[in-house]
Amino acid sequence: MTPVDRRSAAGFLVTLGTMLVILFGAPHALDTFGLVQATGFAALAMFALSQGFIWGYGGVMSFGQAAFLGLGGYAYAVSVINMGDSTLPILIAILVPTLFAGLLGYFMFYGRISDAYIGVITLTVSVILFQLVNTTSGSQYRIGEAELGGFNGIPAIPALNKLGDAGNPLDNDGIWYAAMGALILVYALLRWVLASRFGRVVVAIRENETRAQLIGYDPRLYKLLAFMISAAVAGLAGCLYANWGGFISPTVFGLSMSAQVIIFVLVGGLGTLVGPMLGAVLIQWLIIEAGSQNVVDSNLGLGIVLVAFVLLIPQGLLPVVRNLLMRIPDLVAKARPAKGSASEPVRDARAAEVRP
Amino acid sequence: MNATMSATHPAPSKKAPLRPLVEAKGVTMRFGGVTAVGNVDFTLGEVELRCLIGPNGAGKSTFFKMLTGQLTPTEGSIRFRDIDITGAEPHRIARLGVGIKTQVPNVFNGLSVRENVFVAAGRRKSIARTRAIVDETLTRLQLTAIAERNVGQLAHGQRQWVEIATVLAQEPELILLDEPAAGMTHDEVHRTAELIREINRTHALIVVEHDMPFIRMIARTVTVFNQGRILMEDSVERVLADQRVRDVYLGKQAA
Amino acid sequence: MDLAGLLTFNVLTGIATLVLITLGLGVIYGMMRIINLAHGEFMMLGAYTAVMANGAGVNIWIAMLVLPPLVVGAVGLVLERTVIRFLYGRMMDTMLATWGISLGLIGLITTLYGNVVRGVSTPVGSFEIGRYGASLYSLVIIAAAVAALAGMFLLLRMTKFGLILRATMQNPRMAAAMGVSPDRIYMATFGLGAALAGLAGGVLAPISGVSPAMGAAYISRAFITVLGGGPAIVTGTGLASSVFGVINELVSFRTTPVIGDVALLVAAILLIRVLPQGITGRYLRRSL
Repeated sequence: MTPVDRRSAAGFLVTLGTMLVILFGAPHALDTFGLVQATGFAALAMFALSQGFIWGYGGVMSFGQAAFLGLGGYAYAVSVINMGDSTLPILIAILVPTLFAGLLGYFMFYGRISDAYIGVITLTVSVILFQLVNTTSGSQYRIGEAELGGFNGIPAIPALNKLGDAGNPLDNDGIWYAAMGALILVYALLRWVLASRFGRVVVAIRENETRAQLIGYDPRLYKLLAFMISAAVAGLAGCLYANWGGFISPTVFGLSMSAQVIIFVLVGGLGTLVGPMLGAVLIQWLIIEAGSQNVVDSNLGLGIVLVAFVLLIPQGLLPVVRNLLMRIPDLVAKARPAKGSASEPVRDARAAEVRP
Repeated sequence: MNATMSATHPAPSKKAPLRPLVEAKGVTMRFGGVTAVGNVDFTLGEVELRCLIGPNGAGKSTFFKMLTGQLTPTEGSIRFRDIDITGAEPHRIARLGVGIKTQVPNVFNGLSVRENVFVAAGRRKSIARTRAIVDETLTRLQLTAIAERNVGQLAHGQRQWVEIATVLAQEPELILLDEPAAGMTHDEVHRTAELIREINRTHALIVVEHDMPFIRMIARTVTVFNQGRILMEDSVERVLADQRVRDVYLGKQAA
Repeated sequence: MDLAGLLTFNVLTGIATLVLITLGLGVIYGMMRIINLAHGEFMMLGAYTAVMANGAGVNIWIAMLVLPPLVVGAVGLVLERTVIRFLYGRMMDTMLATWGISLGLIGLITTLYGNVVRGVSTPVGSFEIGRYGASLYSLVIIAAAVAALAGMFLLLRMTKFGLILRATMQNPRMAAAMGVSPDRIYMATFGLGAALAGLAGGVLAPISGVSPAMGAAYISRAFITVLGGGPAIVTGTGLASSVFGVINELVSFRTTPVIGDVALLVAAILLIRVLPQGITGRYLRRSL
């Protein structure tokens, strides 16, 4: 293990520990309302992970991540209404967006279109899905038992139940454990993917596609697979999101959903996994706080945050804070009479920034 | 490193000795109305070391790009070990065993030196074997001291070494080096020349260079490009003594 | 026969609508290689300008055709000076910033005027194609589109400004070396693109519900058309609008407008699989 690897592993363990504390602590520390809200945060944090993975590590400008969130949510809603038991619908909620991403990604990546075009196409796809689902009002638009409901969405979606036991739905505590537990699992899995050879190649392609190709990797395939992984994560987030409210409407496909997750990642820190999760919680909390006043529309605030971060803090909060923390020993050393090479850790810290 | 490399493929002499490693026939590359490379025939034998020289814009880098699949020739064909690779995708050609150090360093800037080499070494090999190759390559190119440094923060010369390391770690059969000595210090140029001679004991190389003393250090046969065509191909002494070659270089400098 | 006439008329209207909603986006993309994600909101601002001016008693034609491009063009200039110009050369950041502007404008208009749908009545009546009635206003749209496209062509072809624009488009560094400030050109281009979006918003205000989120209804079609058209502004927009307009109208006629958009998207994705740079990226590269 190299020193950088060791630091990275330490960061992983600290994050994992913190998340486990939250998982078991929250039901005791929060009242029912707080716990339900926290469940929503967990779903959105997972959505942010999907964006942070594909954008921060894959370098793919997926601007329509809401498409996969929505597909996952609707896939869960439709299948759980038809099947009753929620076990299989969870898998369907992951599978549908993954396959959709596979098809879309094939055309995008194998068409060798530019990054800007990928941004525009993914965004357009989510807008069109929004419009499409919006027009499904009326009883003729139904899949089996489930009426799609157009812009009104699907109400009263059955919640998750104990695996294979449809008669035994989870209570608020149970859904919290499911959502937060899934978030921890997905975080750990993404860390594992990034540490694997596959993940290293994905990051290498982000850094230099030409070089990756000249040593024998096919960037199209790696980008496609990374895109599908991110869609799978977003789909699971959609499933949790539908569970959280017991309700889903076309707004999950909306532009502001895609914009929000971009802001989560940008605010938290592009090129990290923890940053997007923190960004999701922070921004969502601010939106809820802002929602209690009716003077200013929350989009205005989101827009200003987005422009401000692009202009002023493009690397996001987490890397900034981490660099500040890394610099403390350096500053302390400088305050004291110079002794040894204090600048070394800072340089390493910067090197660690872009690492998984 | 040498041992592992020669173990991975049979000695060239066992493999059809008369068949060339690279055979380009009538290769032409036009961009719009400009002919960057025109009707070039080029042959390289197994374990041969060839230098390409010629003024800027003579078509050397374009020729390299066609060999590696970054450009598809407008006309003509290229074969590698008798496999037609004309217009094949770069990663497929790379998998056949062609490695290239490009003119402008092409490295993974955001990754450490070790990770750069790891990614290059690790295609379809076990982790243990990959790690062994990485360590050997880093030692061989004296990069161990800076192995954990971020490549984006290294000096130009060091980045050149990192790129050469990624090419070697890939364990290619044919190595293309586009101006490997550019931006290197005098000592580094010597090390590079030594390294090239060492690699050439087991591998074929094509080297593009402008630095004549460097060419003298490494070359036996030299191919001279001018205006997209091959001007001459001969031993290094005869090429460097040739009046036409001098004219081409001087003419370029005078202009 | 009547039906064929009506359908042809509708296809022409569809093409004209695409030209109008795409041209401003195409100008900015063609010149600066920036996809302006606030394009739909610039249109929305244009539509609001028309609604507000008309409500204040301004002549409807001036409110629709003159004020929106002026107002939105000015907004574009201000945003270019305060935000966009700091981000040149950073394609992704520019897109993100325009996205932020898009959200900000939606939020601002919602805050000021509320999340309600307004409208302007159509200033002209209808006419008949055989047994079918058709809106005369479609003729206004077609005329506006032809005028905008022709205006762009003349601007690029006949004026000194157009020459400088084309030179900068071909080679910014060369143009800079010749004493043209790319900074100025980019500023003017962004303003021009915004003004064209404003015009589209103004012209379309009478036939669409004017609300803070109305931009989203148009942008997917506009993005697709720019992608399909490629970098040449006039030819690209014109050609792609023609191809996609026909597809969109015919499919919409058989099904619903939303399915028409889906067909458009599928057509565009298939097209860029074959021509990643759009129609004019591969052919007609030297066109305007």
